[in-house]
Amino acid sequence: MTRDPLGRAPLALLVPAAVAVLLLLVPIGAMVVATDPGSLVDALGTEALQQALWLSLLTSTIAMVVCLVLGLPLAWLLARVDFRGRRAVRALVTVPMVLPPVVAGIALRSAFGRSGLLGEPLLHATGFAFPYTTWGVVLAHVFVSLPFVTIAIEGGLRTAGTAYDDAAATLGATRWTTFRRVTVPLALPGIAAGMVLGWARSLGEFGATITFNGNYPGTTQTMPTLIYVARQSDADAALALSLVMLAVSITVLVALRDRWLVPA
Amino acid sequence: MNDLEAHLVVPGRLDASLTAQRGDVVAVVGPNGAGKSTLVHALSGLVAAGGHATLVGDDLLARTPRDRDVGVVFQDQRLFPHLSALDNVAFGLVARGTAKAAARSAARDWLERLGIADLAGRRPAKLSGGQAQRVAIARALVTAPDLLLLDEPFTGLDVGVAATLRIELGRHLADFRGITVLVTHDALDALTLATTVAVLDAGRVAQVGPPAEVAARPLTEHVARLVGLNVIREGDRLRAFSPAAVTVSVHAPDDSARNRWQGVVRGAAPHGDAIRLQVEGERPLIADVTPAASRELALAPGREVWLSVKETAVTTYDARG
Repeated sequence: MTRDPLGRAPLALLVPAAVAVLLLLVPIGAMVVATDPGSLVDALGTEALQQALWLSLLTSTIAMVVCLVLGLPLAWLLARVDFRGRRAVRALVTVPMVLPPVVAGIALRSAFGRSGLLGEPLLHATGFAFPYTTWGVVLAHVFVSLPFVTIAIEGGLRTAGTAYDDAAATLGATRWTTFRRVTVPLALPGIAAGMVLGWARSLGEFGATITFNGNYPGTTQTMPTLIYVARQSDADAALALSLVMLAVSITVLVALRDRWLVPA
Repeated sequence: MNDLEAHLVVPGRLDASLTAQRGDVVAVVGPNGAGKSTLVHALSGLVAAGGHATLVGDDLLARTPRDRDVGVVFQDQRLFPHLSALDNVAFGLVARGTAKAAARSAARDWLERLGIADLAGRRPAKLSGGQAQRVAIARALVTAPDLLLLDEPFTGLDVGVAATLRIELGRHLADFRGITVLVTHDALDALTLATTVAVLDAGRVAQVGPPAEVAARPLTEHVARLVGLNVIREGDRLRAFSPAAVTVSVHAPDDSARNRWQGVVRGAAPHGDAIRLQVEGERPLIADVTPAASRELALAPGREVWLSVKETAVTTYDARG
């Protein structure tokens, strides 16, 4: 370790930082230690796990794409256009961030349930209803992840600043051209970070998903809901499933981190 | 009717008129905070301004920045960091609808004219200050704007690089058919590149005229400093004289009392072959002495001196221009 010219880090900061690291790592380590390797092999072979894992990855990824398509324009609007009520809009779209996920599920029911505000006309018009479908899972994921994605991308856009947008405007670029050719490329690290954050939030989403969609293997049962069910009958299986989820999350985050998240 | 006719008002920052013809290079000088950048960006449209402005018959203020036919070289260049030098220069053409291949070929021509064709593939981060400024100039000129705005184009460059670039820029401006507005804090830029000098002070135009006239008869303290002249106000008259015409002595001289001032040396620095003294007294003055005289009279900071100048070395003119 090289000597820091400013002197040693004070204990008053070192100790809480060390506690934070332990607090985050000990439970995860304990889970790894407690898992019986045999049950892990068993769990990997079950159809329930394979279905749930696939569904989790699929719905989280679709939700991430939807969050990008909707969240990036919203983030741009919040970061770049000075409109009346901007602060109010920003405050309102972050409400789902602080909402308990179960409440989010109930709110989604009120809007998109079979007799919901939008759900009922949708059912009449198309015969389709979101609850208890894979699309319902995606909808729940989007509802809880979109605020995170929007706020993260807005931060990225603000960090990138407007100087280059200004330069593009003097060169004759429309706002749309500027957005595509200047704003987005320069805010890419923030956008990527927002997408990873949204994906991770979707992958772990439990409360809104199970409240809105129930827990049907193959259509709405994601990894967290499967683990919840397994926990009630077989603690060993729940541990094994959790470990799989941990491994998948870490693998994906590390892969993305190397690509996008390491600051240049 | 002038090709550029502008009276621009930004409350609290700018209330200035400017006129120019095609081919003119207007140097805008003035102290920090005088509104130079505000004036440039009121013209580019990046700062909202009131008043009126027409550029070759077009109402400038009614247009957004993208619809004004204005090229801007920013103080911090603002080359797009994710695009190569070539694509930076081609950007304005592509944005205005030129096909990509044609835009790139025109951009390459401009990089060639600025002597940096070999850097076409480089990202801005891999360019030196002078190279980046050339790319920025090419990017602004490639669309052949009616109005070219240069905001302190030599700031932050090494002295040698700035000198070379100044000469090059002079050549390109001579070929340029539009109007150039050049913001600078360097007297050399104003004197060598400009056809007109406009002096801004506290958001207003304090003086405007040909460089030689502004340099010889400055109406503001700032320009006097900039061109290295002593200027003294006497009622409605200004009296200017060169620091080289000042005689420095450590005893009260016997000259007529009119052109004689007592003061204390506050600074001394080499200036060409001479030593330039900053003298503070009833009014701040500068005086050039030979190094030999400086040694002989021990002209170090803190030394009390008398300055005098012959009446024949003083130019007297009207303070209202």
